[in-house]
Amino acid sequence: MVAKRIIPCLDVKDGQVVKGINFEGLREVGDAVGMGVQYARDGADELVYLDISASREGRHTFAGLVERIALGIDIPFTVGGGISTLDDAARLLDAGADKISVNSAAIADPTLISRIADKYGSQFVVVAIDAKCIAGRWTCTTHGGSRLTELELFAWAREAQERGAGEILFTSMDHDGTRAGYADAVYARLSEELTIPVIASGGAGSIEDIRRVLTEGRADAALAASIFHYGQIPIPQLKKALLEAGVNVRM
Amino acid sequence: MIAIIDYDAGNIRSVGNALSRLGAEYELTADPARILAAEKVILPGVGNAAEAMARLRDSGLCELIKSLRRPVLGICVGMQLMCRDSEEGPVQCLGLFDAHVKRFRETPEAKVPHMGWNALGNLDSKLFKGLKGGSFVYFVHSYYPELCPDTIATCRHGEQLFSAALKYENFYGTQFHPEKSGSVGAAILQNFLAL
Repeated sequence: MVAKRIIPCLDVKDGQVVKGINFEGLREVGDAVGMGVQYARDGADELVYLDISASREGRHTFAGLVERIALGIDIPFTVGGGISTLDDAARLLDAGADKISVNSAAIADPTLISRIADKYGSQFVVVAIDAKCIAGRWTCTTHGGSRLTELELFAWAREAQERGAGEILFTSMDHDGTRAGYADAVYARLSEELTIPVIASGGAGSIEDIRRVLTEGRADAALAASIFHYGQIPIPQLKKALLEAGVNVRM
Repeated sequence: MIAIIDYDAGNIRSVGNALSRLGAEYELTADPARILAAEKVILPGVGNAAEAMARLRDSGLCELIKSLRRPVLGICVGMQLMCRDSEEGPVQCLGLFDAHVKRFRETPEAKVPHMGWNALGNLDSKLFKGLKGGSFVYFVHSYYPELCPDTIATCRHGEQLFSAALKYENFYGTQFHPEKSGSVGAAILQNFLAL
């Protein structure tokens, strides 16, 4: 059986890992390659690097960084942030990324998903969705949660799957940064409605939160950032606890 | 020197990166003389098997690969091309391993593609020296080689038990990606380099 995955997410700005608390008050926490190597050694199953640079120079730095990450780490990694064309995706794949994630640009032009999937295969395409619950309706947002769209989460996730997404990475903007647990029920419904893997993101505060989203929440993978970066939950300890709780994880 | 066969088979940089991490020298090449001169040969591959087989034929390297007597390692689709044939197409392959390549049947327990970390069983080769059954490796595939006399490791996806690795004489193949499989994958590549 495929193991449930633990995925540290590293937000990168100008080559350095930072973590935004509710996307504000960015704070540097370390070297992107070095942290990746350490996470891989600790038992992370996969890594996600998100480029949050706003400038062209920052984006250029990121592509170079992806080459160094690919050389340095021996587990799969996804890169995302600002990918809006097939060429952007091609450049990052050529640099050695195993998967790319698309978010706002896929909402602006859903054919981006199929164009990347047709060229490189579905396994290369992660569709990231940021949504918040507004009057009982899970509404997709873009640009780091700052802009509301008309799209409803479940409908958009199904469309992304039909267009060739290999995985859905859903972040609940209502839970992100709270450390009060993931949106378990939403992941359970996504898993029910989709045939592709679902990655949970936003709200991890404890080992129990991660256990719950991987069991009751039926997520295939749990992504988190700050609880790993600041050493609050060491990955070996997390994996041991999950295994003891009966979750199928790679040791 | 390790030759990684370059037949325009998609993103194969990660195999070279993994060899670099192990301190092994390699070159990407489609030059028959370089491939014949190499101590070890790796046949990588991603994407559609029929298209990859067509490109391998276009490269004119099929007979050369079959004639190699030094250790050869096929990875993922590279391994599938070394099997008898694949349902993906369908397409006739090199026939080095006596296995059909079939598509997984999708079930609620077994999503397709089979993507992620899964455990190896029935390890039976020097390729797995020092590793225990239950070691996890990284897979990304929708088609699998069935069990056959050449099977040297198995894996289970849902109900389906399949060949995770094959061996016939000097030819080896892994359906998983050792270059992305952390320390277990590094050990397997190291074992291949030591053959």
